[in-house]
Amino acid sequence: MKQRLFENRHKAEWAQFSLHLERLEQDRTTQDLDSFPSDYRRLCNHLAIARERGYSSFLVDSLQQQVLRGHQQLYRHRSQLGANVVAFILADFPRLVREQWRFVLAASLMFFGSLFGFALLVYGFPELIYNLIPAPQVSEMQSMYDPAAGHLGRTADRASSENWMMFGYYIMHNIGIAFQTFASGLLLGLGSVFYLIFNGLMIGAVAGHLTYIGYGQTFWPFVIGHGAFELTAIALAGAAGLQLGWALIAPGRLPRAQALQLAARKSVLLICGVMLFLLIAAFIEAYWSSMTSPTAMTKYLVGAALWLLVLTYLLFAGRQRHAPE
Amino acid sequence: MLETTALPRNATLSPPLDTRHQVETPEGIDLPLRPAGLMVRALAFAIDLGLRGLIMGLLFIVLAMLGKLGAGLSSILLFVVSWWYMVLFEVLNQGRSPGKQWMGLRVVQDDGTPIGWSASLLRNLLRFIDLLPFGYFLGAISCLQHPNFKRLGDIAAGTLVIYRDRPLTRPELPEALPSRPPFALTLAEQRAILGFAERQGELSRARAHELASILAQPLQIPAPRAVEALNGIARGLLGPA
Repeated sequence: MKQRLFENRHKAEWAQFSLHLERLEQDRTTQDLDSFPSDYRRLCNHLAIARERGYSSFLVDSLQQQVLRGHQQLYRHRSQLGANVVAFILADFPRLVREQWRFVLAASLMFFGSLFGFALLVYGFPELIYNLIPAPQVSEMQSMYDPAAGHLGRTADRASSENWMMFGYYIMHNIGIAFQTFASGLLLGLGSVFYLIFNGLMIGAVAGHLTYIGYGQTFWPFVIGHGAFELTAIALAGAAGLQLGWALIAPGRLPRAQALQLAARKSVLLICGVMLFLLIAAFIEAYWSSMTSPTAMTKYLVGAALWLLVLTYLLFAGRQRHAPE
Repeated sequence: MLETTALPRNATLSPPLDTRHQVETPEGIDLPLRPAGLMVRALAFAIDLGLRGLIMGLLFIVLAMLGKLGAGLSSILLFVVSWWYMVLFEVLNQGRSPGKQWMGLRVVQDDGTPIGWSASLLRNLLRFIDLLPFGYFLGAISCLQHPNFKRLGDIAAGTLVIYRDRPLTRPELPEALPSRPPFALTLAEQRAILGFAERQGELSRARAHELASILAQPLQIPAPRAVEALNGIARGLLGPA
């Protein structure tokens, strides 16, 4: 068949198809195009014929463009995240955490180990903190938690706008740290190890020092509440990073690039959960932890409840078969 | 694009000279994608960087007037712009951040399908590593040595930055009387002659003559009439002769 005849015979079909394509590209939710897959396959057929018969480059290239656009619409990946947020929060995320328990355990040991280890060391040998944090910063931090100077170095009851400011700051700061901890795992996991231990040491140093100089009564009630979410989240981000690094160190039977891709696909889901945790943490930190009216005892109780909640959630949510959909 | 679709049995394929990345679809069609190299991507990034600076500069000025509320908003804004700018544009604007749009690029998955949330988030989070130790050093090394110009984030997320296809316009074929070729043409020869006719508008008269006269001897025609004869054959291949 001559090219012109071929073109004339199918011209209307192609024009129709390109209209459908435009509709699909503009509006992802277009539903009433039941004929699209079969139209697309006919177009593939036409392209194959055009190539096989040696039709001109213009025809082959323009059919190719149409097929590529059709391919992109037909085989578009369904997003794993947006579609079922509720199922992810209620079941999939804790399941994923349990599935990756080796990395989570390793990251938690590194982070909490260095945190509590160094906190005890600083409590025992107070001058150690100056090896890690310069003296001006230590005194600045000290004044923030000074029990004599009102609460947390700020006016007794912060204005709501100030809470709002701190909320923004915590989001920026903490999620940034979590992202760095995760991404640097690509360096064979070394970056994640560094950030986990470094952050553990920093927090440990502050905690140990403040307890030693007797500011524990303002420090601990302040941090215990949001710490449940914040510290867990950092450990989980580290676990996701370690997973990336491990895929490069021990890819198993896959090529390294492919092993990395598989690990990355899982770890990015972990990171989504981490972001959620950090949002909650920032909210608690800005609006609950900074409140001055509740007694220390209330804060400890609420803090313990939050820790229990996080642990129960990670250990038990989504265990039963008929998980809430 | 001249390639014989039917190769002799057991023929080894010669490695292509260009950088096209072939995606085989489930329908058995090979779709060529054209990965974008380091320079054009660096330019696109520079545009995005400038734009981000501009956005933040303007909004900070506005937010500075709002006091503490503004300070909170601006740190959220800084966070959104520095970590989410690329992700939002790539997912919601068909794989194109403004810089990529400007340079005619887009991001797709390895199989040519549009990029989703998780892949985009991943490739942009790992940008942090590509930046190390300074000025995209690791990313540039990775990009230069990879056959598809991927930086580390692209390798992990399974994504590809490609040139966007521009819509084609139908080329004007030169006027000539349709004729039959004097002997049967192979597919590659047929495509070559059609290509010659379609691209003649872009060639100078002398160059067209020079190219066509190569074929004067096998077609057994005098060299000065070769262009006309080839155009005739091309027209004959398209329509009735």
